[in-house]
Amino acid sequence: MKNTAVKNSTMLRGFALLLLGASLAATAVAKASEFKAGVLTPVMAAPEIRLQGTDGKPLTLARFRGKVVLLAFGFSNCGEVCPITLATLAGARKKLGPAAADVQVVYVTVDPERDTEAQMKKYLAVFDPTFIGGVGTRAEIDVAQKSFGISSSKIAGGDGSYTIGHSSSIYMIDRAGGLRAVMPYGHPADDFVHDIKLLLAR
Amino acid sequence: MRRLSLVALLVVALALLAWAGFAPLEVSSREEPFEIPKGTYARRMSGDKVDILPAQIRLTLGLNDVLLLRNLDEVPQVFGPTIMMPGQSFRLPFEKAAEYQFACTAHTSGQMTIVVDPEPVTPWARIKWRTRHAWDKVGEKKTK
Repeated sequence: MKNTAVKNSTMLRGFALLLLGASLAATAVAKASEFKAGVLTPVMAAPEIRLQGTDGKPLTLARFRGKVVLLAFGFSNCGEVCPITLATLAGARKKLGPAAADVQVVYVTVDPERDTEAQMKKYLAVFDPTFIGGVGTRAEIDVAQKSFGISSSKIAGGDGSYTIGHSSSIYMIDRAGGLRAVMPYGHPADDFVHDIKLLLAR
Repeated sequence: MRRLSLVALLVVALALLAWAGFAPLEVSSREEPFEIPKGTYARRMSGDKVDILPAQIRLTLGLNDVLLLRNLDEVPQVFGPTIMMPGQSFRLPFEKAAEYQFACTAHTSGQMTIVVDPEPVTPWARIKWRTRHAWDKVGEKKTK
């Protein structure tokens, strides 16, 4: 009689554990689907970048462990995509309030020929003085672009000037340096706030 | 007798149309999965012009509005907004009906279009969606 009771209790515990496991798995799937951005699974470490930061220090992603990093690529002479992206990210930080202290925006140039450290710093400060730009030689920028799958191409203007077509997504990196999500261009600040809160809560 | 058959046929056709227009649309999952198979890069490098993914993917808000890409190849693949490492999946939800152009290294053209249609809320839109869905299913069976 006692043996049967023990067996039943073990079976119940096993069943409860199974239920718990299933519910945790379901929660994980639900969490992934909560993002407004595209989500990468399994989560892998974001590729490291080695550039010069506009804050005067060497720029690596490892510097920002413990913060959520929003990484994007662009250039200061961009007339359309970059100003919208940067204004959106600045708006998202404002909406986050004090939590914005745990969010770092990193903007890497795709135009190292024109974007000097000083030029990029001045440009980013118009949107948010906490934004850090990444500059470097053409070879260094190429390495950073390649590791994040960023394409860019020069489009010549009539007067010898040029503009650059480039990938415009924003990479969302968690506090541990994992590349979690990618927000395609065009999402409003509220979508960033939503996803950043999810990342900050982890 | 023949007239009776015609009337019966008409009634069935109308009932079918009413069902197609008014019955709620149901799908088992909102995800539209695609895979970049192992060896895609190697095949391309050997000169094989292989197109793994369709040049255009059509999604519908509220029904199948989540694109799920799996990179089963041995090299990283760029799909529009992101790079996917070997073995990684990318799950991208859409919330706005529009046409999206993405770069994609899994295509020989390097380009991929995703058309997101609005949620079919009117009877006519539901009929159109069901017809297209059935047509696509027939197409899938033929290619298998």
